[in-house]
Amino acid sequence: MIVFQKVSKIYDGCTALNNLDLTIKAKEFVSLAGPSGAGKSTLLKLLIGEEKPTRGKLFLDKQNIHLIKEKDMPKLRRKIGMVFQDFRLLSDRTAYENVAFAMEVAGATDKEIKQDVPQLLELVGLIDKLNQFPHQLSGGEKQRVAIARALIHRPSVILADEPTGNLDLLNSWDIVRLLLKINELGTTIILATHDREIINNLGRRVITLDKGRVIRDEENGRYIL
Amino acid sequence: MLKTAIWRILKSGWQSFIRNYWLSTATVAVMILALFVIGGLALFNVMTQAIVENLEGRVDVSVYFNKDTEEAKVLSVRQELVELPEVKSVDYISQDEALKNFQERHKDNEVLLQSLQELDQNPLEPSLNIKANEASQYESISNYLAQDRFQGIIDKINYKQNQDIINRLTRLTGNIQMGGLLISLFLGLLAVLVSFNTVRLTMYTWRDEISVMRFVGASNWFIRGPFMVEGALYGIISAITTIILIFPILYLISPKITNFLPEVDLLYFYQVNFWQFLILMFGVGILIGGVSSLIAIRRYLRE
Repeated sequence: MIVFQKVSKIYDGCTALNNLDLTIKAKEFVSLAGPSGAGKSTLLKLLIGEEKPTRGKLFLDKQNIHLIKEKDMPKLRRKIGMVFQDFRLLSDRTAYENVAFAMEVAGATDKEIKQDVPQLLELVGLIDKLNQFPHQLSGGEKQRVAIARALIHRPSVILADEPTGNLDLLNSWDIVRLLLKINELGTTIILATHDREIINNLGRRVITLDKGRVIRDEENGRYIL
Repeated sequence: MLKTAIWRILKSGWQSFIRNYWLSTATVAVMILALFVIGGLALFNVMTQAIVENLEGRVDVSVYFNKDTEEAKVLSVRQELVELPEVKSVDYISQDEALKNFQERHKDNEVLLQSLQELDQNPLEPSLNIKANEASQYESISNYLAQDRFQGIIDKINYKQNQDIINRLTRLTGNIQMGGLLISLFLGLLAVLVSFNTVRLTMYTWRDEISVMRFVGASNWFIRGPFMVEGALYGIISAITTIILIFPILYLISPKITNFLPEVDLLYFYQVNFWQFLILMFGVGILIGGVSSLIAIRRYLRE
């Protein structure tokens, strides 16, 4: 469960999030909508501890995120899977190694890695591209590697920041379907996007942000601005 | 657990080095240049050292004793001198030897030799040739010999005649050594800075990767480790290449230098001190590579 209590984030006098109150239950699939600069990315950055709130508190599974020490941050990041618009894969490692890296940093044994990585790449439909480097993969394939990597620690939450922003319609829907499938398996998904088409077709909870405030929060919501 | 982590860090550093061979090659090339400068400077210093020693070796001070001085007395003075810390060596030249040397030196000069034969006794004085450890020490040796107790037996000390040239030599050798040291320090620093910057630039290209590693939950050491391994690898490869490259270069230029300065044989010196050179190159290379990486990476780790 994720709870925002009166959270504000101010960058050099510019308010990115303004007194935000928000609760996201476990296993929910939530879309964050809103124009660029509405505060979607800031909200995600606060969740992974990349930024600290200027005011207010923020909890993930009852743990106050901004009280976590820098040296314990890696543990938090292993609890949250992150997917980005620009994929953020390690360019000099193969698909397999990119996913394995996330396990290596957590100290998994070679045996566990050999067992889990192919399973996950199978789940995202890339079992035949294990040894390709990112530059040999299409945008949709890269994003699927990134999702496999985000899943490797069996996180309770996946944050997807404009995951379809660089993809064509067909690939975008592949990625969204994959996220829905992951959600069905029990992982909370927070999908930040300004793709009207996707939000309207999802039929899930939609939180619309504008100028750092929640202007609409509806179950089975639509993209309205 | 720790063993696995270290193994993974080593493997990852090696992989990054190999897979980005173009970047690695460029960085290694710059570091080879730097190590070359440092190695060259070390050899240059050996050479100036030899030149200075050579010049200093050519200077001595001779003490001439009165003709009737007993040999035992001259030898006791010699013994005293040998015990002085400034003195490197003292050669005794007896009257007979002095005569022999004289004849040898002037063997083409019939007139001189004939006039020498007409004398019924040896006109030359016994002497001591003194060599000091350093050119600046001749003055104190000369002062030592100027003591009253030597007055009766010593005829003359040729330090006064040589004083000017000795002083000039002292200054010259001092300048050569000082200049060599300054140039070495300056060029060495330059070399270190250039390779430091190159490694930093290399690491700069990895800044996005570093943020990715942070996102997937890598601890700082797990991120830093491979980059330091990579930096150290730059150092090791550059050191080995430099060490090998120095051989053919010395092979070509060493004989030319030996022609010019007979007592300097750089190739021989390099062979004899090979292991010291190897350690110097490895040390400097690994230090520059590893430390540069460490410093460069700090910026992207947000500590």
